[in-house]
Amino acid sequence: MSTEVIRQEDVVIRFAGDSGDGMQITGSQFTETTAMVGNDLATFPDFPAEIRAPAGTRAGVSGFQIRFSSGDIFTPGDTPDVLVAMNPAALITNYQDLKPGGIILVNSGAFNERDFKQAKLDSNPLEDGTLSAYRVIEIDINARVSEALADSPLNKKDVLRCKNFYTLGLMYWLFSRPTQPTLDWLAEKFAKKPELVEANQTALKAGFNSGSTLELFQGRFTVAPVEDIPKGTYRNIMGNEALSLGLAAGAKLAGLRAFLGSYPITPATDILQYMSAMKSHGVVTAQMEDEIAGICTAIGASYAGMLGITTTSGPGLALKTEAVGLAVMTELPLVVVDVQRAGPSTGMPTKVEQADLNQALYGRNSEAPLPVIACASPADAFDCAVEACRLAVEYMTPVILLSDNYIANGAEPWLLPDLDALESFKVNRAEAGDDFQPYARDERLVRPWAIPGTPGLQHRIGGLEKEHLTGNVSYDPENHQQMVELRQDKILGIRKTIPTPHFDGADSGDLLIVGWGSTHGAIHTAVMKPDKPDQKVGHLHLRHIHPLPDGLPEIFARYERILVPELNMGQLARYLTSEYPQFKFESMHKVMGKPFKAAEIRARITAMLEDRS
Amino acid sequence: MSETKMTLKDFKPDQEVRWCPGCGDYAILNATQKALAEIGVPKENVVVISGIGCSSRFPYYVDTYGFHTIHGRALAIATGVKVANPDLAVWVATGDGDAMSIGGNHLIHALRRNVNVKILMFNNEIYGLTKGQYSPTSPRGKKTKTSPYGSLDHPFHPLELALGAGATFVARTMDTQPKHMKEVLMAAAAHEGAAFIEIWQNCHIFNDGAFKDWSTKDTRDDNTVVLRSGEPMVFGKDKEKGLIVDCHGNSIVDADKAMTWDASTPTPVPAYLLAALDREPDMPRAVGIFRQVEQTTYERDVNAQVAEVKSTRGLSSLKDLIYTPDAWTVD
Repeated sequence: MSTEVIRQEDVVIRFAGDSGDGMQITGSQFTETTAMVGNDLATFPDFPAEIRAPAGTRAGVSGFQIRFSSGDIFTPGDTPDVLVAMNPAALITNYQDLKPGGIILVNSGAFNERDFKQAKLDSNPLEDGTLSAYRVIEIDINARVSEALADSPLNKKDVLRCKNFYTLGLMYWLFSRPTQPTLDWLAEKFAKKPELVEANQTALKAGFNSGSTLELFQGRFTVAPVEDIPKGTYRNIMGNEALSLGLAAGAKLAGLRAFLGSYPITPATDILQYMSAMKSHGVVTAQMEDEIAGICTAIGASYAGMLGITTTSGPGLALKTEAVGLAVMTELPLVVVDVQRAGPSTGMPTKVEQADLNQALYGRNSEAPLPVIACASPADAFDCAVEACRLAVEYMTPVILLSDNYIANGAEPWLLPDLDALESFKVNRAEAGDDFQPYARDERLVRPWAIPGTPGLQHRIGGLEKEHLTGNVSYDPENHQQMVELRQDKILGIRKTIPTPHFDGADSGDLLIVGWGSTHGAIHTAVMKPDKPDQKVGHLHLRHIHPLPDGLPEIFARYERILVPELNMGQLARYLTSEYPQFKFESMHKVMGKPFKAAEIRARITAMLEDRS
Repeated sequence: MSETKMTLKDFKPDQEVRWCPGCGDYAILNATQKALAEIGVPKENVVVISGIGCSSRFPYYVDTYGFHTIHGRALAIATGVKVANPDLAVWVATGDGDAMSIGGNHLIHALRRNVNVKILMFNNEIYGLTKGQYSPTSPRGKKTKTSPYGSLDHPFHPLELALGAGATFVARTMDTQPKHMKEVLMAAAAHEGAAFIEIWQNCHIFNDGAFKDWSTKDTRDDNTVVLRSGEPMVFGKDKEKGLIVDCHGNSIVDADKAMTWDASTPTPVPAYLLAALDREPDMPRAVGIFRQVEQTTYERDVNAQVAEVKSTRGLSSLKDLIYTPDAWTVD
C-alpha cells in the first residue's frame, strides 16, 4: 500500500524509557540525523541522577525531548506531539505533557503485571481508559527485535538491548529521516565489536521497515528543511561542548595555553571530559583531588603564565569561594564556569535552575567584585566562553561564567564562527625594567602580569592587602580604601567594552521582558508569537550581568511595565532593583527543576496586559 | 641549571622580617637562603609558595618570586605553577596546621602525584599565628587555650603520613642544627620529585621546648639517629650505640652491630619503621633522609602527554578545533 506523507512545520517528540533503555542515545542519534537533514532543532534531555535506579520504576525514567522544524525555533517545545514510551513507568510519568490527540507509541512487550507493579500501577493504562485522549499505537518491540535478531550470536539479554535502535528505526520511518548516518555511527562506535554493529544495524533497519510492513500508522510525516537558513557551516552542538570549545578558542585568541583544573560534578563534568581530549590544542587538564584544588591549580597556572580555568556547579562554586577571592586580590586571570543545577545543597543535580546568580555576584567575603556573564543557549555558550577569556586576560581578573543544566545538555545547530572575525586579546605582560612595580596600573586600572622565570621581575603577591603600586603588604587605612575602590573601578570600567544587549520585539510599549541565561528561548518564543498580535512586548536579554551594560535605563523607560522571569526566586529582579531603583521590576519565578514553557510566559504577558486594561 | 655564582645576600630581600625574636623560623630561613645560593638556580626561576600561618610569611623574606596564598592550599597552587612551567624551582613553606589539618588533602595528593616541589613543613606542634591552640601534631593530652583539660586528639606523625601517601623523598631535620638542615635541603633540591621535609621548629612563645628531648645540644646526640644512606645507624656522644629496626621489635646494640641505612629500598617499610620510632619512648628518634626513590614527576608526565598527542594527532589549529568533520555547509 502507498502511505500518505503529511507535511508538518514543527514536531516535538519525547523518547522516554528506563534509564537502562538507551533513550539518551536514541534521542541524540535522532538529533544528529535531524540536524543533517537541515531542520532547525532544540533538545532537552531529562534523566534521573541515579545511574541505574531500579529497573521499571518511575524514579528510573529517562527522557529525551527533541523539537525540529522547518522554521526558526528557540525551545525544545512545551508539549510533545509524539511520546515514545518503552515501559509503563515511562508512559505514566510523561503522557500528561502530550498534546491532546497526540501519538503515543508504546512498547507493549514491557506491559506485564511485573512492570505495572514496578511502576506502582493498579491496572494496565493501555486498557483502563487513561489514554483515551490520545492516539495509542502498541507494538511489542521486545518480540519484534527478537525476531529480527533470531540469527544473531548475541544472547537474549543483549538482543533486547537493541530495542532502542529498533524504535529509532521506526521513528526514522515515521518522520522520513535517513538511516545511513546512524548506521555509520554504529559502525564506528562499536568498531571493535562487529557482532554489536551487526545486531544494532539490523534492529535499526528492521524498525524502519516495520513502519510500512506493520501498517501501524495511517501516514508518514515529513518536516521540510529550513529554507531561509543563513548560509554557512554548521555543527549540531551541546552546551557543554560549545563552552569547552569556547574556552579552548579563548586561550588561543589570547596566545596562551589553557589550563583546566577541575573536579567531576554534575552537570559540569562534560567540560572536563571534552577538554581532556583537546591535548592536540595544547590544552592541559588536571582532575584534582577536590573543588578547591581545581581552582587553586588554575590560579597557580595563571600565576605562571597560562590561562587558568576551573569548571563546576553550584556546590563546587561554594567550595571555591575563598580561592576566587584570592584571584580577586592577586588580580590574576581566571575563568570560573558554574553550570548551575537545582539546589540548595546537593539539591536536584540533574535538574535546571538559575539560582546561583546571587552566589556569583556576592558569594565572597568582603568587597570582591568580578565580572559575571551568562550564556543563553548551547551555541551562545561558545561566544560567552570566548568573552569570559577576553575579560579575564584583558582585565587580569577572575570571571564567573554562568551556564545551566538546560544549556549544558541541550543541543542546537551552531553556525560556526568566521575565524577571521575572531579578534585576539591583548595580554598585559610586564616588561623587565628598573621601574617595574607589580601593582602599577594602566589607564584601564589593570596591573601587569609578571611571570615567574622572567629575570628582574621578582616580586611577591598574596592574599594580604597590597600597597598601591609596590604590592608590598599594607595595613594602611587610606591604602585599603584606595585599593578596594581601584579593584571595583577596574571591573566597572569593563562597561566601556560591552555592547548594548540583544533586543527583540517591540522597541517600546506595554511591557518589556528582561531575561538572562537559558530562559532566552522561552521568552523569545513568547514575545515573537504572542497570544494577540497587538501586544507590544519587547525582550531584552542580558549576557553581561556584572557590570551591567550602559544604556539600560533609557531602554527601561520606554515601557510601561518590566517583567523579569527567572528560574529562581527573583535574584536578577532584586539586583536590577538595587541598581535602578527608579524602575519597578516585577518578578516571575519558577523553581521546579524544569525550564519555562513559552506558554507560561505568554500567559503571564496576556494576564499583565489585561490587568492594565 | 645556571653556573651563576650567588651568595646568601642575593636571596635576602629588603623586607623587614616579622617573626618573634628567637623563633626557630629564622634558622630555617637562613638555611634555605644559603641552600638556594649554593644550588645556584637563578633567582628568577625560584618561586616560594606558602599558605597561612607563621611559617607562611616565608615568601616575603626570600628575594625570588613568591606567592602567599590561602590556608592549606599552597600545594594545590604549587602544582599549577609546576605544570605551567616545570623548569621553575618551587619551594613550599607550610606548617603543621596548614599542611596536616586544613591542607591535608592537598599534601597527600601532591605527594602521590610526585609533583616536583620542595615542601618545608615547619612542625611546632601548635597553632602560633592564632596564639596557641593545639594542632594535628600536638601530643594527646596537650593543654592549650582550646584544650584546657587536655587535647583528646591522637596526633598525626608527619613522616608516616608522607610515607603512606607514597612520597618519593621524606626527611626530617631541626631548627637547632642549621648544618644538617642545609644538607637535607640540598639533597631535597637535587631530588627530581616531591620532597617532604619535616622541620622541628621551636615556638618559644606558645609551645616552648616541644622538641627539647631531641633537639638541644645536651639531648640530641643520645636521643637522635642521623640517617644517611650507606652509613651505619649509630648515635650517642661518641657514636657508641647502634640501632637495629625490625617489624617484630627494634633494639639498641653496640655501634659495630648497627644496621646500615638505605633510603632507596623498593619498599617503604624500613623508612616506616624508622618513622615509627617516635611512638617508642625508649628509642631514639631518627632524623635525616628516610626515603629517596626515583619516580617520574607529575608535571613532566602531563606536559609529555600533551606533546605526544600534539605530535601524533596534529590538528592543532583553531580551525581544526571548530570546523570538525561532522560539520555541514548550507550554501
